[in-house]
Amino acid sequence: MSEPSRVEVPLLNMQVAEQSRRAPAPMVAKAPAGIRRFLHTQTSGAVADRAFGGLMLTCALSILAIVVLIVVMLLDQSKLSLHAFGLKFFFRTAWDPVSGDFGALPFIYGTLVTSFLALCIAVPLALCVAIFIMEISPAFLRTPIAFLTELLAAIPSVVYGLWAIFVLVPMMRDHLGPFLAKYFGWTGLFGGSNFGEGFLTAGIILSIMILPVISSITREVMGAVPISQKEAALALGATRWEMIRMSVLRNSRIGIVGAVILGLGRALGETMAVTMVIGNNPQISHSLFAPGHTLASVIANEFTEATGDLYLSALIEIGLALFLVTIVVNSIARLLVWAVTRGKPVAAH
Amino acid sequence: MGVGIEVVDLNAWYGVTHTLKDITLNIPPNSATALIGPSGCGKSTFVRCLNRMHETNPAARATGTVKVGDRDIYRDASPVEIRRRIGMVFQRPNPFPTMSIYDNVASGLKLNGFRNRKVLDEVVERSLKQSALWEEVKDDLKKKSGASLSGGQQQRLCIARALAVDPEVLLMDEPASALDPVSTSKIEDLIFNLKNEYTIVIVTHNMQQAARVAENTGFFLMGQLVEFTSTNVIFTKPKDKRTEDYITGRFG
Repeated sequence: MSEPSRVEVPLLNMQVAEQSRRAPAPMVAKAPAGIRRFLHTQTSGAVADRAFGGLMLTCALSILAIVVLIVVMLLDQSKLSLHAFGLKFFFRTAWDPVSGDFGALPFIYGTLVTSFLALCIAVPLALCVAIFIMEISPAFLRTPIAFLTELLAAIPSVVYGLWAIFVLVPMMRDHLGPFLAKYFGWTGLFGGSNFGEGFLTAGIILSIMILPVISSITREVMGAVPISQKEAALALGATRWEMIRMSVLRNSRIGIVGAVILGLGRALGETMAVTMVIGNNPQISHSLFAPGHTLASVIANEFTEATGDLYLSALIEIGLALFLVTIVVNSIARLLVWAVTRGKPVAAH
Repeated sequence: MGVGIEVVDLNAWYGVTHTLKDITLNIPPNSATALIGPSGCGKSTFVRCLNRMHETNPAARATGTVKVGDRDIYRDASPVEIRRRIGMVFQRPNPFPTMSIYDNVASGLKLNGFRNRKVLDEVVERSLKQSALWEEVKDDLKKKSGASLSGGQQQRLCIARALAVDPEVLLMDEPASALDPVSTSKIEDLIFNLKNEYTIVIVTHNMQQAARVAENTGFFLMGQLVEFTSTNVIFTKPKDKRTEDYITGRFG
């Protein structure tokens, strides 16, 4: 028996002959005569191109200039305090305006702890929201839920603060706090007296504020995952969750880290709402119930009543510290991304 | 060993568009079956109905009976189960870019909770050899990502990924249409070798390809199966005038 798949295909060969028999293409009106002449009279556009490039370069450099100017201003205005305490300022725990003794450590600690808490709460929540909206929600719920999450970002910081004072603080004091102390007291994180204001309350309010940023960027990144990637997983017999893990999350992990970094940036600098609920007490305490202070909140709280040049100068140096903390934390986050993805592909094709 | 596929009165819709109309055909086991037809004729929809990928689009819907082996896939099983037994290769190579070559091939087994390293190593090697990619990638199985390969290699990687779970049926939706002629001929050789062990259904725009690899060929037109018979017959003496017009290039 002959191989059925290696048959001669006479009809296919006819295609070649067919070409010669095809009718000629129908006549189309000629292109207007002026087009070519017009194009020949045009200049190459090199000058315009160079001018455009220069303009863009100026815009880009102006960003750099602004950053440099901010640093210069901060350094100049905090001269007094820099002279008095030197670099030790960043590691001193004292904050005593009366005797003129200043240090930034409790504030740095407060900023890092509240931001870290905010990330711990907001990241899983934001991921779940994004996954739900993009992959699980029925189509008619998608837009309203996305809109509502985005609306969280539009609420002014001070309104969050007010809500926290009237709702979150009492809840923390009467319900959540005692619960945590009872069941998780052994961790040592929930000791001491609980007045409702403190690191944890600030962390919670921050987490609500950074949630929309993280979830909406995560959503965008997930939306960019090609359908072919999802089909690859589904065709292998993946369940919906397995498909989300294999295709969607894996392909968008870099973007998700970017979203988290942006959220972190907002948490580090957030001022108003934090100032209203953190308790405003410059101390380093291992208890999350303890009142604290952040770099941003102490500036907001004490700037108007800062008497004396050294006090003012120290507050501006706190601003410098906030600037540095932001840079350091962002660099570490970026390094982490780089270390995780080194030598590995980043984007879906 | 592959199993046969029996399709009875299969109808499919995308929204209100009726894309497949009363398709009935029998695909014999351990052979290659080609589906040809102009763009939009429903041949891709048809293969996607064979592993229930069709319904991953929320607007899509299908009715009728599809029996793979002796199992009615629309009644006796969940889509996830079905897709684990029926491999699929897509038009555009879609390896997982964040996974190594090894992990790409092993992904189907790992999904099913398979963790035995030694067997996994064996399966990965076997699948890559089956898809004629082993020699080219054996030195950087775990070093390189699936996306670092060339287009033709990526497609063979996808074939290896589909073969790793030892499917009963292998569906290929225009597997070579995004590839250059050299890669295309490699894929065709592959199909030619694999069809002894698997039931292969291949959608193609390339009629020479259908003639080269398939025992049977079906011609789809506007959602209907116009003719389904042995490749030899369909390309030499097609019964239907429309089939003849299509394969001689008078339309489509």
